[in-house]
Amino acid sequence: MMDLSILLALLQDGVVSGAVYGLLALALVLVFAVTRVILIPVGELVSFTALTYAGLEDGQIPEALPLLLALGALAFLRGALQDRGRSLGSLALQTLVLPAAIAGCAVLIAPLHAGIAVQAGLAIAVVAPMAPLLYRIAFRPLPEASVLVKLIAAVGVHLALTGLGLLCFGPEGARGPAFSDAVLTLGPMILTGQAVWVIFCTTAAMAALWAFFRLSLAGAALRATAINRRGARLVGISPDRSGLLAFWLAGLIAGLSGVLIAPLTTVYYDGGFLIGLKGFVAAIIAGLGSYPLAIAAALVVGVVESLSAFWASDFKEVIVFSVIIPVLLWRSLRHCAVGEEE
Amino acid sequence: MSALLQATGITIAYRGVRAVHGVSVSVAQGEIASVIGPNGAGKSSLLAGLMGLIPSGGQVLFEGEDISGLPAEARVARGLALVPETRDLFATMSVADNLRLGGYRHRFDTKAGRTRDLDAAYAMFPRLAERRGQLAGLLSGGERQMLAMARALMARPRLLMLDEPSLGLAPLIVRDIFRTVAGLRDQGVSVLLVEQNARAALALSAHASVLEGGRVTLSGPSAMLAADPRVTEMYLGAAPAAMA
Ligand SMILES: Nc1ncnc2c1ncn2[C@@H]1O[C@H](COP(=O)(O)OP(=O)(O)O)[C@@H](O)[C@H]1O
Ligand SMILES: [Mg+2]
Repeated sequence: MMDLSILLALLQDGVVSGAVYGLLALALVLVFAVTRVILIPVGELVSFTALTYAGLEDGQIPEALPLLLALGALAFLRGALQDRGRSLGSLALQTLVLPAAIAGCAVLIAPLHAGIAVQAGLAIAVVAPMAPLLYRIAFRPLPEASVLVKLIAAVGVHLALTGLGLLCFGPEGARGPAFSDAVLTLGPMILTGQAVWVIFCTTAAMAALWAFFRLSLAGAALRATAINRRGARLVGISPDRSGLLAFWLAGLIAGLSGVLIAPLTTVYYDGGFLIGLKGFVAAIIAGLGSYPLAIAAALVVGVVESLSAFWASDFKEVIVFSVIIPVLLWRSLRHCAVGEEE
Repeated sequence: MSALLQATGITIAYRGVRAVHGVSVSVAQGEIASVIGPNGAGKSSLLAGLMGLIPSGGQVLFEGEDISGLPAEARVARGLALVPETRDLFATMSVADNLRLGGYRHRFDTKAGRTRDLDAAYAMFPRLAERRGQLAGLLSGGERQMLAMARALMARPRLLMLDEPSLGLAPLIVRDIFRTVAGLRDQGVSVLLVEQNARAALALSAHASVLEGGRVTLSGPSAMLAADPRVTEMYLGAAPAAMA
């Protein structure tokens, strides 16, 4: 049987992982709304950041650097081909110079043991730029393709990244250092410092995203692209640049999620897929449309996962992914399946 | 007067089926030009092609420069604007946000300049000022048309293209809209007006073209077209003398 303190501990675990799933769900909803891409490879970015963050604790030069540089070179070639040589300068800046600069910084900073905050920031800086590079390589060339074609491209990118992840990081898992080892006792509840950090960081990130979308013109332009692509073009917003920005945000969110999850569980090169999939479940429950609903659904997913891990740990994943079935049924009955409007 | 917009040989096809066959139109600086024609003639397609929203063959010169290959967002930056038949508002955003985004092209201007544009838009359409906090999707048809025009004007275009601005609106509102269009011309904005309401379009514009089956069948000064028996019979009903 279970007493109150165990229940509270399970709820805490659930809310903590749910918060991370919520971040990922936001990234998925955002990317889908702006580009109609279901960003399955978000999970790989999570595990790459977690592994990079764990490696930096040992003063290791990030193993993902060759991947970052290779993706940059590929994105440059793809972009130069697609634009037939127009605006090569800014393309080179974003696909060659920026990754090279990040790699340079990483090589310099990695051996220094510069502290958790710097290591976390560096891990994100190494992995997050891969998202816009993947956009340039795989998704930008098909702006008007159907959702299905884009989904197939996303699955392709996911498979390729999983293989490349094995190549970079090897099959061993790793666990990153916790941000804090403090433990707070509040009556029957034992609150870990890491849990507090995760909830603080996810809340701050969500607030920052909210402010960006509601208060800045760039954020409004991104929302406008999602609401009416043609309307956006008519006021001079380039859907292509909106897509790039959405992928940048998704990369940063995935990076943050990776750093947050690294101390909570041992992460393997392919482990992010399941984590991303749980964010995806939450995003689907929200109909790939509503941000607040996606966050709420992610918290439910996290709590269901944590409770089922206690009662039926063998069936944990089955139970979590089954949550989606009644929701899909309800949605199809209400006939508001995700629209394919273009 | 020199031509602000000079489009020649515009062709547009949907999946291989031609909707517009080698159409040429031009708009002089500071004038209203109109295109009239029946439903399905290709008017909306022509405007979408001129705006760069859909691919088209032929050549588009704007202020003497060839803009044929540019996408819509780049043509906005040159000073073209289109209010499409579908309006394409940001339905789940407020009126104020729609207007703010209309000024996206000038996002690096001073705050004072952008506020002036916004005040000018509200002065031109006081109804929008009353509704500024409301979602665009909840506006009435007339208000939606006003917002679409105001949003386009926030970009400070040199040429405003209007696709059937009177469609589905009550006569009083239509009168207001056409008055606004005339006012814009007087402020130096050139207008390319597409209308099925041929009488109003010919009365307002200096030059006009008749588009039928994707081809221009008649074009010239609007007064001349208004007196042409082929136009009076097809588009102006049975009272030719009244217009002349
Ligand atoms: N998106 C589209 N796909 C296929 N055919 C189209 C599309 N839009 C318009 N058409 C066709 O092109 C022709 C011209 O349409 P349109 O430009 O809307 O005419 P108008 O605005 O004069 O009524 C019509 O035959 C119409 O069926
Ligand atoms: Mg039309």
